[in-house]
Amino acid sequence: MVRNLFIIFILAGVASMFAALALGYSDPVALGSAASHYVSKGLAELNGVNIVTSVVVTYRGLDTLGEVTVLFLTASILSFFLKNRSHETKSESSELLTTASKVIFPFIFMTGLYIVMNGHLTPGGGFQGGAVVASALLLLILADNKTDGSPTLFTVLESVSGIFYVGTGVAGLILAGGFLDATVLGAGITGRLLSAGAIPLISTLIGLKVGSELSTMLVKLKNASEV
Amino acid sequence: MAVTGIITGSLLILIGFYAILSKNNLMKMVIGFSLADTGVHIIIVALGYLKGRTAPILDSAALTANPETLVVDPVPQALVLTAIVIGFGITAIMLVFVWRLYEKYGTLEISRIGEAK
Repeated sequence: MVRNLFIIFILAGVASMFAALALGYSDPVALGSAASHYVSKGLAELNGVNIVTSVVVTYRGLDTLGEVTVLFLTASILSFFLKNRSHETKSESSELLTTASKVIFPFIFMTGLYIVMNGHLTPGGGFQGGAVVASALLLLILADNKTDGSPTLFTVLESVSGIFYVGTGVAGLILAGGFLDATVLGAGITGRLLSAGAIPLISTLIGLKVGSELSTMLVKLKNASEV
Repeated sequence: MAVTGIITGSLLILIGFYAILSKNNLMKMVIGFSLADTGVHIIIVALGYLKGRTAPILDSAALTANPETLVVDPVPQALVLTAIVIGFGITAIMLVFVWRLYEKYGTLEISRIGEAK
């Protein structure tokens, strides 16, 4: 009874906070100063059509690096807590399932790569595309019961893309305006696939890193389960 | 329009908090965290909305000529992109902890885990 009252009290408090926010909210009429700089100067400075990707990859690139690090930390904690049971004998999965998953796999994988590569032109980018690529690998490792999902490959891929990602950032520090500045490469023609300086390169590296990190997590979870 | 987003997000956060505080099952608590997370994302994106404007992708001549008055705020969208990935990581770690607790105590009910100690 006391516990229920306590819960109602907390929920009412949180609800009043949000009610104050919703009632006192008036639509802003103009962009803030930082946003206004990104929107008005972003195209001229970086030549990236998608401003959100420009902000994620370059203007707030350090945040993105930290975020990728958090994801790496998650994968490490996961593998610390999970036992590897992949050597135990498992039942064979059905041939229909494995064949069908191999037919669908290339399409999902290509969609993921498309989203990664076109991040500076259309909605998309490294994180979204990396997650789609990892979902394609999830399909493969769920359908094939026997596989151990080659965790070493993903660890190597993750490390290499991480090193190149930081390397691109340091190149920006030396050759251009600052850490992860995308103008180290030529700006190119607006709207082309290979334009916007280093943004497609950094997007691809983030996509590889996120994709392999998510795949590592999925592989570890699969190898720890008793099927 | 932005107020609709704020109200929807607040309701999701409240439902999530209710699940976290009142449910006895660990999986339902993880679902509660996930719901509250989604609510926060909706509120942040709603705060960046400006009436009658379009997405910050400058792919036409009209948009490139005068972008400040035509597109919504890109910063909240970029921050939510970050928040979604962090939310994924938190959910993954919570699920693994729940799994380990289940392996050790054979139950997901938090009151019975307390008794078993």
